[in-house]
Amino acid sequence: MSSKLAKIEKRTAYLLILPSVLLVFSIILFPIFSNIWISFKNVELKDLRIPEPRAKKLVKSINDNPNQIKVIYKLRNSSLTQEITNVKFKDKYPDNIEPISLNNKCQFKSNLLKCELGNWQKKYRENLEIVFQNTNNQEISKKELQSYKPKLSGKSQNILLTYEFTLNNFKKVIKDKAFIDLLSTTFYYTFFGTIGAIVFGILTAQMVNQKFFGRTFMRSVLLFPYVAPVVALAYTWELLLDPTSGTLNNLLINYQIIDGPINLLGQKYVTLNILGFDFKLRLALTTVIIFEIWRYFPLAFLFILARLQAVPKELYEAADVDGANPIQKFLNITLPQILAVISILFMIRFIWNFNKFEDIFLLTGGASGTRTLPINVYQQGFSIGDIGMGSAVSIVIVVFLLIFMFIYFKLLGKRADEN
Amino acid sequence: MKIKNIFTYCFISSLFLFSLICIWKILVTLQGIELTNFNFNKLFIFGIILCAINLLIGKKLNLNIKIILLALLFSIFDYFISTNLPIWYSFGIFLISLFFFNNIKDYDKNFLSKNHSSQKLFFNFLTLFGITLFSFVILFPFYMMLVTSFKTQALLLLNPLDFSINFAQGLPELFKSYFIVFKDYNFGRYMLTSTIVSLGTVIITLIFAIPAAYAVARLNFFGKNFLSTSILIIYLFPAIVLVIPLYTIFSQLGLRNSIEGLLIVYTATTLPVAIYMLQGYFKSIPKELEEAGIIDGQNWLGIIFKIILPLSLPAISSVALYVFMIAWNEFLFSLMFLDRPNTFTLSRAIQFLNVGAETPRQYLMAGSVVVTLPILIIFVYFEKYLVSGLTAGSVKG
Repeated sequence: MSSKLAKIEKRTAYLLILPSVLLVFSIILFPIFSNIWISFKNVELKDLRIPEPRAKKLVKSINDNPNQIKVIYKLRNSSLTQEITNVKFKDKYPDNIEPISLNNKCQFKSNLLKCELGNWQKKYRENLEIVFQNTNNQEISKKELQSYKPKLSGKSQNILLTYEFTLNNFKKVIKDKAFIDLLSTTFYYTFFGTIGAIVFGILTAQMVNQKFFGRTFMRSVLLFPYVAPVVALAYTWELLLDPTSGTLNNLLINYQIIDGPINLLGQKYVTLNILGFDFKLRLALTTVIIFEIWRYFPLAFLFILARLQAVPKELYEAADVDGANPIQKFLNITLPQILAVISILFMIRFIWNFNKFEDIFLLTGGASGTRTLPINVYQQGFSIGDIGMGSAVSIVIVVFLLIFMFIYFKLLGKRADEN
Repeated sequence: MKIKNIFTYCFISSLFLFSLICIWKILVTLQGIELTNFNFNKLFIFGIILCAINLLIGKKLNLNIKIILLALLFSIFDYFISTNLPIWYSFGIFLISLFFFNNIKDYDKNFLSKNHSSQKLFFNFLTLFGITLFSFVILFPFYMMLVTSFKTQALLLLNPLDFSINFAQGLPELFKSYFIVFKDYNFGRYMLTSTIVSLGTVIITLIFAIPAAYAVARLNFFGKNFLSTSILIIYLFPAIVLVIPLYTIFSQLGLRNSIEGLLIVYTATTLPVAIYMLQGYFKSIPKELEEAGIIDGQNWLGIIFKIILPLSLPAISSVALYVFMIAWNEFLFSLMFLDRPNTFTLSRAIQFLNVGAETPRQYLMAGSVVVTLPILIIFVYFEKYLVSGLTAGSVKG
């Protein structure tokens, strides 16, 4: 009896999860694996259009003879790169209309014009002209003829399904001189974005954890940048930072803090003089990182605040009795309590910042030294149009991602063991 | 009483007062009023003097009278060193200094002689200053977005610092950018598309996720552990690695430029997190309730509909809101999949506006307000649910 119940339970479970598993498999897992397939192929954006045989139908009257009419089909292969084989053509005609003469490729039977047009080379173009007459010697209506659309079919090779593979994409990715720069930019962006978000998260969580007027309002406000759509925020920042008519530059100039406008998003390097040493700071990248921090510190704030509110008050009271100062309290009580949250947050944010695309894309489009790996996927795949290269870069991302995840779950497992 | 403490107190307090004044001055400048100097030296030194006076008076005077007196002194001083400024500017200075002196009114000799008083003071001010600064830094771009949408191109270029809103021009003139955005740029249509896509994603995701989450939370089957781990792993895979294969597949299947295609992708990408969040909640529902349901002769479907769903409405609403937010804000897939204006979502439409030939910035900002406002209103209204959704699902973003 119980085994029967277990069987039913199992069956129900599979039934309940099946739709989700299928959907996730086809839209997430299958694409990740097909990335591997595509990355070994020489595919370009223009190859993705499946070649189609096309025919444009023109109907022309013949001089002084309303009973006859000339139909011209402008045939062409839509693809500039691929051949279509075994093209078949079909078109319907109204009653009482017959062709006067037909070439050997075509047949006319029971109002249906059928043609076998053979193989079409790439860029193939040809006109097919047929003269029709009305068998009852009546006038042929052009409109009626135009209302039927010809149907064509043909076979073509789908470049994605062939078995030709190449290692060129990966060779190009690795040999690219900018690859090291690309990686360092990505890590720079990821690391500082993550650290910055966590530091500001701790600061704000500490602040909001005290009692003051308007605390709940403050908590909502702090989450605004995370909740609002990235498109709107990125464009607002772009206007704010604009060198000529942006508010920030004008404010700084107005208060005589800087002499001339600084192009915060368009300048690759800025030289800073600190204590007599010249530092080269990557300006646009720093600006993008600041936007990143601004947008994502609310998340760190939310996590850390939740943890802070669970810290027992007695700990602080005991510290007061011992005469600890605020810094000691923070270092010895608060920090150890939130360390676990911070490390998890760091790992997760690190993985996510590593893959961040929208923010940089909208702010700089990857220009002035802000090109990270995800931006490169887009540029290779869609700006240059080399789908295979884009896929190869995606694979590089996935490899890094798997390494990070491995470390993350290792740490998570260790933590679970400790508790 | 330590001399050092008095100095730190005066120094930090005055610095804090000055920073508040700075923020106020920046805001005033942004109303188009000419103000080019923070007057750091004079204000800072006068601030130190007033702080010292505050300490000297201590509690000898009624505290309320003391703070009003000091605030008045400060505003009058500021009025004399700055020129040609409207009266509301000085009134603002008065209110700020009132707030400031109210904060330091309790400090006297006794407080300063206590242990760690200078550190405590420092952190008190840091908190206050932090709150002011963070509110300013966070709200300012939103404020700019809103105000820019009410201006005209000519005014914006004439004085980029003038963010005052001219209410005298009448409402139709004020909301002109919005009329144009909705009329000429078809934003009504995009808004409808965005709403349909977001709501559709929420509904389909819930239909798929609730049964799956229930199975993972409650039923025993082979591969259950594997499934719940893979949910998390799949969730961590970003959109950018899916975009090229999905683009190729969708363009060959003719699913690009269709709302259906977008719905499928959004549902699939939000499904893992929805299942993850829901199963956690389902596990917390006492098993006895379901057993009672089984005894009553309910089947699994009945248990889900009659017992689980009514009990987990809060969790379902947080999932729904979270998924709605993701779908509404989503940008990458809409950029990739939509290139005909009749299928644009709001995010894609704004990007299109920006890329397209010289769109005046007030239209761009009006569009931004149109896409931001609904989600902020939803957030503020349902904050409790959305925050719990964010904390549970915020590994991604």
